Amino acid sequence: MSALLTVNDLKVSFDTEDGVVHAVEGVSYEVEPGKTLGIVGESGSGKTVGTLTIMGLTRAANTTISGQAIFAGEDLLTASEQQMRAIRGDEIAMIFQDPLSSLHPFFTIGAQLVEAIQVHNDVSKSAARSRSAELLTMVGLSDARDRLSSYPHEFSGGMRQRVMIAMALANEPRLLIADEPTTALDVTVQAQILELIADLQAQTGTAMIIITHDLGVVAEVADEIAVMYAGRIVEQAAVGELFANPQHPYTRGLLASIPRLDRDRSSGLDPIAGRPPSLIAPPSGCAFHPRCPRAFDRCPAELPPLEPAAAGSEHLVACLLGAAERSEKQ
Amino acid sequence: MIRYILRRLLWVVFLLFAVSFITFVIFYLLPSADPAALRAGRQPNPELVATIRRQLGLDQPWYVQYGRYMKNLIFHFDFGFSYQNGVPVRQLIFSRLPASISLAAGAAVLWLVVGIGVGIIAAVRPRTKLDRASMGMALVGISAPVYWLGLVALYLFSSDIGLIPILPGANSYVPLSEDPFAWFTSLIMPWCVLAVSFAAFYSRLLRGNLTEVLSEDYIRTARAKGLSERRVVFRHGLRSAITPIVTIFGLDLGILLGGAILTETVFNIPGIGRLSYSSIVRSDLPVIQGTVLLGAFFIVFANLFVDIFYAFLDPRVRYE
Repeated sequence: MSALLTVNDLKVSFDTEDGVVHAVEGVSYEVEPGKTLGIVGESGSGKTVGTLTIMGLTRAANTTISGQAIFAGEDLLTASEQQMRAIRGDEIAMIFQDPLSSLHPFFTIGAQLVEAIQVHNDVSKSAARSRSAELLTMVGLSDARDRLSSYPHEFSGGMRQRVMIAMALANEPRLLIADEPTTALDVTVQAQILELIADLQAQTGTAMIIITHDLGVVAEVADEIAVMYAGRIVEQAAVGELFANPQHPYTRGLLASIPRLDRDRSSGLDPIAGRPPSLIAPPSGCAFHPRCPRAFDRCPAELPPLEPAAAGSEHLVACLLGAAERSEKQ
Repeated sequence: MIRYILRRLLWVVFLLFAVSFITFVIFYLLPSADPAALRAGRQPNPELVATIRRQLGLDQPWYVQYGRYMKNLIFHFDFGFSYQNGVPVRQLIFSRLPASISLAAGAAVLWLVVGIGVGIIAAVRPRTKLDRASMGMALVGISAPVYWLGLVALYLFSSDIGLIPILPGANSYVPLSEDPFAWFTSLIMPWCVLAVSFAAFYSRLLRGNLTEVLSEDYIRTARAKGLSERRVVFRHGLRSAITPIVTIFGLDLGILLGGAILTETVFNIPGIGRLSYSSIVRSDLPVIQGTVLLGAFFIVFANLFVDIFYAFLDPRVRYE
């Protein structure tokens, strides 16, 4: 199947007073129709900036963008602002992390949904309201008609995120970008929202990019996972393969730092030492080397390319360790 | 909401009482000229002064005077008579009020249009030359005192002494009911002068608010919906950024309705501001008391109105 979105060597940097921030440093991936790509990484790994750039939302005088993002045959990075406006919210929609701050506090839920519908469809307000009520029912809110005249602050966090999802799906987008959709929610609500997203995706056949720092989240919904570190993809594989056979020391560190019920409690967690690197002056060579337990003399000197983990494999990894050393127990 | 408003109205009554009492006490406790002596003319003899003092009731203890004043005010809406010329204070105030309202309302329209316009332009083009230039100008505008600006304006543009005599200068105020055109032209300069510092302040405030709002998550949501930038700024951004401005605007307008003393004095506009200025100069207590109460009335009601209006602007605000 041909890809819906093909991102090719995407680079994004911002000129700031402190220096040039290299947020995304050459990222490539594909998203196929109906499939889900999970992008995993710590804060500041460039995962959000990359997708916002695809949406055309990082364009500014101090931003430098290069590469390609081909969506349905069109390069989103060079498309005019007018073309992007027609695509945003219609062909590609987004769900954000914090549903309280992402909804306008002064407008009713109904007004915000109606606006999302009317901007891309020439329909009457009452038709848009009916459609809004349908959408709210679809995302599992009861009394949808009455809810339309509520304000965001009158809803709970989970309900607000359902509204955001309804708004994103209003125009049946072909690609849905979910940026940390469950991070701001209670744990019990997180599972419900993930389930809802997965259900709706199955119903509508929408492709999805889900961005998260939580491997548990992508494990449930993603087909493929890309792990990002300091603006680069360091490992990319199908979800089962990545969890069964993690190659990059960073990915292994992420997996080791997740608390698990099936493990002995006395073994404790194994967090990754150190802090995420500065994107203004990233470490030389492999950006992960200062925190890497397996680093050796080549790591600070050479930038590892993203290559198949084994010949002919679709499992990609960017690490200078040999295949045998990588899968050794630490 | 109704209970909240009623409670606030009770406060308003209490506050006006307190203001009247404090004005009275200040007048009696602090040194001031003798109103009777001032009234008596250039060469007063003691008998005349005593007679006048008795006529004005100034020979009574201050609390008796205050009691009588409040009784007349509450039961007859009577503010007493000017010590200076015996004219009823209520009549003085009502004859001066239209000029103050004309000045304040016109200036308010001007500063809102200019302040909001400049604020938006600066906020949507942050750190550009246009932004820096307009904010620099605004700083000058805030710093320039009204009386200085007024005199400079008169010196430059007034038809009698101006270098470019294109506008009626000081002392040219004509009531709206007499000649609308002359009313308008006579107020152009006072409006501009009074509006400058407000426009400057509002533009800086709005720029700050709007810049902050435009980086909010819900603005990103609005853009992600595919809305035009114009709609994002005007509908989503301005709606939030303008709310604090409304609050300040209510209070500023309330204060100015009680008289713009400096502007009215520089341009010799017969408004409440000039009335209070001349009454202070002449120790004319009933007039001072009347203008102070009027000013307090406008301010507390502007405050109340703003608080109620805020609940309509921001749905998160609810009064118990």
